Amino acid sequence: MNKYFLYTARFALLLLFQVLILNNVLIGGYVNPFIYVLFIMLLPFNIRPWLLLIIGFLLGYTVDIFSSTSGLHAGATVLMAFVRPTIVRLTTGARDPEGSLNPGISDMGARWFFTYSIVLVLIHHTALFFLEVFSFTQLPSTLLRISLSTLFSELLIMMIMLFFGKNRR
Amino acid sequence: MRNLVRFVQKYHFVLLFLLLESLCVYLLSNSHSYHRAALINTSNALTGEVYQTKSNITGYFSLGFHNDLLALENAQLHDRIAELEEMVDSTSRQSDHVHFRHIPAKVISNTVHFRNNYILINKGRLDGVKADMGIISPDGVAGIVTGVSDHYATALSLLHRYARISVMFRKSGQLANLTWTGENYRYGLVEDIPAHLKIVEGDTVVTSGHSLIFPEGIMVGTIKEYIEPAGSSLNKAVLTLSTDFNMLRQVYVVFNSDQQEIDQLRKANIHE
Repeated sequence: MNKYFLYTARFALLLLFQVLILNNVLIGGYVNPFIYVLFIMLLPFNIRPWLLLIIGFLLGYTVDIFSSTSGLHAGATVLMAFVRPTIVRLTTGARDPEGSLNPGISDMGARWFFTYSIVLVLIHHTALFFLEVFSFTQLPSTLLRISLSTLFSELLIMMIMLFFGKNRR
Repeated sequence: MRNLVRFVQKYHFVLLFLLLESLCVYLLSNSHSYHRAALINTSNALTGEVYQTKSNITGYFSLGFHNDLLALENAQLHDRIAELEEMVDSTSRQSDHVHFRHIPAKVISNTVHFRNNYILINKGRLDGVKADMGIISPDGVAGIVTGVSDHYATALSLLHRYARISVMFRKSGQLANLTWTGENYRYGLVEDIPAHLKIVEGDTVVTSGHSLIFPEGIMVGTIKEYIEPAGSSLNKAVLTLSTDFNMLRQVYVVFNSDQQEIDQLRKANIHE
């Protein structure tokens, strides 16, 4: 019960933070941070993979509704949810590291979380910006947006984790 | 049959991924045309409420500034009334111009940094807003309404891949088209400029009135830079948009009160 409440509250907070504040952030015309994906990263290791995809779709689609886009954030987030199990396996060397652990700083350490999250953010942002432009014609500007936004999102995610992620189990 | 079930069981993760991803791409490709964009209706109750609440709160912070802007606009409108009254006195011509009405509205959500930007306003069907009406700010053209719910409406911002409006050089009356390349929200691109036309930096560009979405002569922007022709007879120029989309707040929905009549006339033409 407590756990479900925690996840629901996290979903709502990240969503509102994203659509009300970050969607209005514009730095140098290229940086759009998207940190709602943190929700997918923090789901427990032993979650059913199919459930991961469904939650990814729902989260992305909700952001879509608030951003007047259709299928854009959903597509990028589903892709990210799809590769998450592989990234977990690659970074921890096991499919399900110790049933009781959660992917966060308190259980896995900041260094592990940094690697894990920056790879996922990069995959999500790459998919997102290419889907948004829907062509390869503006390649240099798209690549610049991807790299700058990834760095900024990752910075925000690490800040959030270092502030709130320490003592939560 | 059993094999199929086993196949689905074994690869359910990949299959579900492919299913969801193709659904997303389908939704996305459907939204990539002007008229389909009208179908995504974010102006539904939930998002409208959330953005309205936010707008109520953030609105206070810039209240003073926007009051000044409105006062300024008021003053300009008074001048204009005086001018028009003079004209009405001197000429008793009537009804040879198109009738446009204004509905004041507040922007409750707006972006400038995506490739395709939308504006959400707090007036909807019950206030008389309909699809294909124009949206103007006190400084100039802002967007075109695409989706309407009871109390809210979404509009394509000029900063959208499919926003293309007919514009005119105020000095010469020559027609051209305005688009947005997606780089900087301060600048638009004027296309299809006749090659013989002399363009100087600072030339004023206004709406042409040909689409009947916007009245004629609404400010669009000033020419910033002329792009040297490359063998084509139609040239391009970079334009500084007069509307600052990053601080869009008070806008007007403009519509032609004779729209129904014009539509009927056009339909009749098609049928013949």
